[in-house]
Parts: sequence; structure tokens; C-alpha cells
Amino acid sequence: MSVRARLVLGLGSLAALGALLVWAVAGLPDFGHPRGPYAVLAPQIVLNERHVANAVTGVNFDLRGFDTLGEELILFVAALGATVLLRAQRAERAVEDAQEAEERRAAGTTDALRALGAAIVGPMVLLGIYVVVHGALTPGGGFQGGVILAGALLLVYTAGQVVAVQRVRPVSLVEVTDAAGAAAYTLVALAGLVFGVAVMDNVLPIGTTGSLLSGGFVPVLSIAVGVEVTAGVTLILSEFVDQMLLHGGGRREEG
Amino acid sequence: MLAYLVAVWLLLIGLYGVITSRHLVHLVLCLGVMQASTYVLLLAIGWRIDAQAPIYVDIPPRARVVDPVVQALTLTDVVVEATVVAVLLALSVQAHKRFGTCDPDALGALRG
Amino acid sequence: MSVAPLAVLVPVLTATLLAATSPVARRRVAGVVAVVAAIATAALCVATLVQARGGTIVVWFGGWTPRGGAAVGIDFAVDPVGAALAVFVAVLGVAALVMCIELIQVEDHLFDAIALVFIAAMVGFCMTGDIFDLFVFFELMSVCAYVLVGYEIRQRAPLEGSLTFAITNSIGSILLLCGISLLYGRTGALNLAQMGRALAEGPADGLVVVAYALVAGGLLVKAAAVPFHFWTADAYAVAPTPVGLLLGGAFSELGLYGLARVHWTVFHDVLAPHEAKVRAILVGLGLLTALVGAVMCCAQHHLKRLLAFATISHVGLFLVGIGLLSADGLAGAAVWIVGDGLVKAALFACVGILNDRFATVEEAELHGRGRELRGIGVLFCLGALAVASLPPFGPFVGKTLVEDAALKGGYAWVAAVMVVVSALTGGALLRVGLRVFFGRGRPAPRDAYSAGSDDERGGEDHEGEASLTRVSPLLWGPAVALVLASLAWGLWPGLVDAAGRGAERFVGTTAYANAVLRGMPLPAVASPLHGPGATGLLYAAASVLGAVGVALAAAAGIRERAPRAGLRALDGLRALHSGRPGDYAAFTAAGVALLGGLLALAIG
Repeated sequence: MSVRARLVLGLGSLAALGALLVWAVAGLPDFGHPRGPYAVLAPQIVLNERHVANAVTGVNFDLRGFDTLGEELILFVAALGATVLLRAQRAERAVEDAQEAEERRAAGTTDALRALGAAIVGPMVLLGIYVVVHGALTPGGGFQGGVILAGALLLVYTAGQVVAVQRVRPVSLVEVTDAAGAAAYTLVALAGLVFGVAVMDNVLPIGTTGSLLSGGFVPVLSIAVGVEVTAGVTLILSEFVDQMLLHGGGRREEG
Repeated sequence: MLAYLVAVWLLLIGLYGVITSRHLVHLVLCLGVMQASTYVLLLAIGWRIDAQAPIYVDIPPRARVVDPVVQALTLTDVVVEATVVAVLLALSVQAHKRFGTCDPDALGALRG
Repeated sequence: MSVAPLAVLVPVLTATLLAATSPVARRRVAGVVAVVAAIATAALCVATLVQARGGTIVVWFGGWTPRGGAAVGIDFAVDPVGAALAVFVAVLGVAALVMCIELIQVEDHLFDAIALVFIAAMVGFCMTGDIFDLFVFFELMSVCAYVLVGYEIRQRAPLEGSLTFAITNSIGSILLLCGISLLYGRTGALNLAQMGRALAEGPADGLVVVAYALVAGGLLVKAAAVPFHFWTADAYAVAPTPVGLLLGGAFSELGLYGLARVHWTVFHDVLAPHEAKVRAILVGLGLLTALVGAVMCCAQHHLKRLLAFATISHVGLFLVGIGLLSADGLAGAAVWIVGDGLVKAALFACVGILNDRFATVEEAELHGRGRELRGIGVLFCLGALAVASLPPFGPFVGKTLVEDAALKGGYAWVAAVMVVVSALTGGALLRVGLRVFFGRGRPAPRDAYSAGSDDERGGEDHEGEASLTRVSPLLWGPAVALVLASLAWGLWPGLVDAAGRGAERFVGTTAYANAVLRGMPLPAVASPLHGPGATGLLYAAASVLGAVGVALAAAAGIRERAPRAGLRALDGLRALHSGRPGDYAAFTAAGVALLGGLLALAIG
């Protein structure tokens, strides 16, 4: 199909689709007045029956915990997928040579950048752990905290410490951690079956609202997810970093 | 209503970007814009006027809160879509290496 | 206490175990572990099916049963049709993983791990009763498929196939999510039964119509209906054989299952006054898909692309069965999907054997070379005839049920079109079988569209040429088993009756809602269906003879005598399948807009 024909077809369809969508959203309840039993029931149940202060985490890990298992598996598969799809280009020798070259160039990174990076990494890791563990109490949870922790790693790379990165993440260890996190979540789900009434039944003591050990297994799942997300995102990022190293990195190219 | 229209607009402009893209990374980011439209739509649906965030640490247990279910759905959605973007970008990196170009219109070995 | 959730959790746990031990375990051990896990999954699905025959199983995760008729948790609501599809998927999974041991020889076990998660996602998709859970499993299936299709990434073609596949399906899932959001906004619920109840209380206005178009559009992208089908041939052409087996047999068919499930639980009551028009749209879409698929199938000379278009064509026929919007049509479609899926998977396995031995899947290059694989040849030709609904195979039974349903629904002429389509697809497959395995007829012409055949060399990741040794039983075993399974499916006593009752259960929207939301027991159902009769045999004879005729004519070189205008039109159609994501995205947008427009005219 010629570019022109594609443009005509595309614009025509988008116009029609736009009209249909506007017609559809006109039928939604007025902005600010959501309808429905789920929105009202969910926070009350999560608070009263599970003592979880953060209703979003409660819904995510308890009421709709099975969805979160599925979502976690998607991340797991995507992390493995990035490894699989990029491994064909990753000969070990080539990466080591590229890393030596990068190390020499990294020595030219300004001291200010290195110092700032070193200073921020510690607090960032601490913040990540805090967000993961306090998922049931404050905005946060396994996913958010896991991404912060993985971001700490990227910060290390950006601040010029490529060699430190390689020592920190031997690839097989990260893969194993990723799998372990996913397995932990599944085991907790199955534990519900063994110790309780149903799969994903919350069998741990519920504690009092506002304390760290509240919500039954919500903090446990939050930590499992945090581990899995950190490992998964780190795996994906490190695969891309390897690709960059193999091709001379972004710094040498235009801009 | 404006919030819903913003979501519709994002969806349409993202899809336009995907259709007319000439660079694979640009195409993936346009998919990202389409994904953003779903987040906006979900969150706009859950917004409640004169309500607070659904964190019961310092508000009374009977306070009006916005819909937490929609926020949980958005959280799930963000993770799902981010991982799809990761896989697509990995494929784009490989494409650049194989074909020497990132132009989606250069793909043409599989035809007919 | 139901074992349904275990059918999803067991393969997932095994997959994480395989991934965790990936650096240290040995290849064969991992392959065997994966096969054992798949067999366990199949056994759990069979147990679920047995339980479900007494009535729909409802399992609430976390013990969150509904409060006052409103669902607060996620459920699995497994009825006989869903359970049967889950068993079917698991069986295909076992076959795929067995072939995997021989065909996938890379150092890591990630293929098996991802394949197990793929199977778990498909099983979960069949069982769930919650629309967002459906979406999550839909996405999980898709991501696993993107990675598995692109597995042989050293060549150029898998890269393209995987890219267009991923981009087109991502657009589909984003549209699906928009539809889900709209429905949540209207109903305030995510449980299928509850949403159906809430929608039925209001009119079928713009929101309902557009939500239906978006949800159906997203699911039909996966199901590979025209005009959402462009990704299919590209992805099948490059996927490793075990993946092709699962894609061709189950992946697209599950998209149709999703459509049927969402239609009957959520939209049936609210669209009841407009049912005839919705029926016309769905049947029309099905026929268009079937015809385009059949025509493109005949024009292909790349075996995997040929199988892809055969799958698309049959998806169109299944869509006709489902689109008749009756229990009879649904029963027929379900029986046909399983019977046809088993045979298709066997055909994929045969093509995989050819690829493994000769390192090519181009018809011209393979002409006559398959003579040493006489047994596989017989199997392939038998499979081709089964696709053309040779009695007493599974597809024959399914097709006659759909024909009867069409007759009852006032669409008698559809049966004639179905005969033509089966004849064309079966004929194309038979033509390949005759040319490749028996050396009959003239060699296939080389056309301008030979899909990068240089890159197909080295297909599966196998070391060295083993062309003089016998074909491993790990390869022909699954192929034979699948064909026999399709035969057994067709001969199963009481299949028609069970399918009829299962379908009555599936379409009983009110009973489903009561069982899920209030835990009320289900009323007994009776099946008015009877097995294939004289008309069925007549139609089957027509399509089988038609297939033989098409195969012989094509093998003798009828292309040279075809009218010039027809060939030009065919070339135009083939040119539309350009391999470019931009074109595919444009067609997807056009398809959804068209579907929405037609529904708006019919209902709004």
C-alpha cells in the first residue's frame, strides 16, 4: 500500500473512531460522580476486614491479588524475553572488551557527577526498601519500590561506574532472583489453599491498622513483588546497557 | 467530560503516530501515548468530587475517597504496558542491527 | 474444593523453577520436567472438566464471595465448554513441549519456562469470570507469544514477524482496555455476570455499542479475523514449530472464545432487541474472513504461511458458528474448534519435521523430496482431508452441527459457502501433500513473494544435517497422536449431546449470573442436537471431493490457465499483506471503525 493510500485510510478511520469514542464517553457518568458498588465497597472491606490503610494496595494484593500474580508474570516473561531476544548479540568476550573501553572513558567523567551519584545511591536504595515494605500503609508497594531500586542501579551506571555495575549484577544471579520472586508470590497463593479455605486466602494474622505488620500477607506479597520487580527491571536495563556498550555507547555518537 | 476527551485525543494521536511512523523507537513511544490514554480514561472514571486519597492513615474511616479499584487497575496496566514496551524496544534494537535502519517501512521480507 | 486454580498455578510454579535453575540444569532434564508439568496441567484440566459437568464451577479467589449480589473479588467460573477448551489447550501444550525437546537445542531452558507460562495463561483465560482478569491473561498470552515467536532471532525473518505481531496485538489490547474502562464506568463492576446484569438495566446507547466494538475489535485482532488478520501469516511463517502448533491450534481460537464469553455474559441481555442485526454483522464478518483466508491460502507456496491462512479461513468459519448467536451454533463451533485445532497442530508438526530435515519450507524446493518420509506424507494428506471435513474426523462433526444451526437460523445459504471454503483450504493443503511427499504434479512456481527463503535456512536450531537418519519419535509421535486424537474426538459417543448441553449452559446468561453472584444451583439442561445426518454427509462429500479436485487441478498447474483479471486481483490482495506495521495499524483502525459504524447503524 502506498504511503498516500495508508494516510487516507488511516485518517479516515481515525476520524470515524474519534466520532464513535466521543459518542461513547458522552454516556459515561458525569466527571466526579463515579457509579457503582465496587468503588464504595472495596475501600471499606479492605480497611475493616483486613486492616490495610492503603486501599489501593489492599485491592491490588488482596481483593484482586490474582490479577497481580498475572501482572507479575508478565514482567517475569518480559525480563526473560529481553534476555532471549538480545542474547544472540551478546558474546561474552565482546562485552568484556567493550567494558574495558568504557572504563577508560568513564575515567573522564567529572568528579562532581561521580560524587553526586555516590551520594544519592544510598538514600535511593533506602527509599526503595521503605516504599516496598510500607506498601500497606502509605502510597507505594512492591511495584513502585522495585522500580526505585532498579533505578538506583541505573544511577550507578549514569554516574560513570560501569565496572561497578558489572560486579553488582552477574546476569544469572539476577535471573534467579527474578524467578525466585515470582515463585514466592505463587507459593503464597498456594499457601492460601493449604492453610485456609481458598487460593489466595489471607492466612496471616491481620494486625492493627497503621502498624507495619498489618494486612496479613499484604506486606509479604509486597516484598515478593518488590524483589521480583527489582530483579526483572534490572535484567531488562542491564541487557540494554550491554547493547549500548557493544556499540560504542551513546556518548560517542552525535549529540 | 474534558478529562474523557483528553483520553480520546491521546488515543487518536497515538494511533496516528503508529500508522505514519518512520522510526521504530518513535512507533513504540506512540504506543506509549496510546497506553497513557487508557490510564487517563481509567483514572478520570474513578475521580470523585470533594473526596480524598484512599489512604486511611490520617482520615476518618468513613471519609469520602476516590475509587481505589481504578487506581489498582491503572497500576496493573502501567506494569503490563511497560513490559510490552521493553520487549518491543529489544526487538527494535535487533532490527537496527540486522537491517541497519530503524524504518518500519524497510521491513518487507515477509510479504504476500 | 475445586482444582481449577491449580491448573494455572502448577505450570507457573514449574516455569519459575525452570528459570531459576536455568544456569545449572541440563537441557534434556529441563525438557522432561516441562513435559511432566504440561501433563499434570492437562490432568488437572480434565479433573475440572469432570467436575464442571455437574454444573458451572465457581471459585472465588481469597474466599471473597459476593456481598449482596455485588462481586468484590476475582472468580473462576468454569463451565463445560471452558473446561473442554482448557483440556484442549493443555493437550496441545504437551505435544508442543515434547517436540521442543528435539527441536529447540539452545543452551538455556527459558523456552520451556515461557512456553509453560503461555499454556497457563491460555488455561486461565478459558476459566476466568472477571473481565479485567481476562485482560491480564490476554496480555500474558500475548507477551509470551511475542517472545516465543521471535525466539530464533538470529535470522531476519523472525524479527519482522515478531515486530508486526507485537505492534498489531498491542493496539488490539489497548482498544480492549478502553472498552473495559467504558464498561466499568457504566456498571461499576468488573465481574462478567454482574456487568451483564447492570447493563441490562439500561438502554443500548452509544457507550454500549462502542464498548462492544472496542472489546470485540481487541479480541478479534487476536482471533485474526479480517481485517485484523495481517499479523498472522508473518508470525506463523517465522515461529518455531512448537510455537506454531500452539498458535495455530489454540491462540486465535481463544480470541473467539473470549468474544463468545463476553457477548453471552455481558452484552446478551442488553442487545437482545437487536440480536438479528448483530447476528448479520458477525456472520458477515465470519464469511469475509473465511473467503479471504481461503483465497490467500491457495496462493501461498510457503508452507507455514499456507497453514496460517488456512487457520484464518477456519477462524472465519468458527466465527460464523458463534455469530449465529444460538446454542446450536455455539456447540458446533466448539466441537469444530477442538477437532480442527488438533488436525492443524498435527499439520504444523509435519511441516516442522520437513523443516528440520530439509531446512526449508518452500513448496518449490521441497518438491518430491518428502518421498523418503512416506508415513508423514500419508499423515499429512489425511490431515488435509480432515480439514476438508472428511468423516468421521472431529471437523466433520463440528461442521455438520454448524450447518444445521445455520439452517435453523435462516442462513441456509451459508452452508454452501462453507463447503467452498473447506474445499479450497483442504485442497491447498492436499496439493502440498501430493507435491512434496509424492512428487505428483508440476513443481510449484516461484513467485515474487517467496518470503526471504534464504533466511529460512537453518530454521530450527539443530546441529548438523541429520538427513539420513530416521525421524525422531519425539517428532512424529505428537503428529500421529494429534491426528488420532481428532479421529477419537469425532468418534466419541455422546459428544454431540455433551456439546449441546454445554452450549445450553454457556448461553444461559441468567443461570450463570445466579450461580456466580448468588451461588444458586443451576437448572438441568437438555440438548436438542442430533448427530450428523444425511445432509451433513452430503455436504462433507461435496467438500472432500472439491478438495481433491482443487488439489489435482492446482498440482497440474491450473494457474497458467486462470483469467488474467483474476490473477491481477489476487496479486493486489497479496500486495496488501505488505509486512509493514504502519499498514497493519491502519487496517486495524479501519476495522474497528467499520465494526463500530456497522453496530451503530444497526443499534443506535
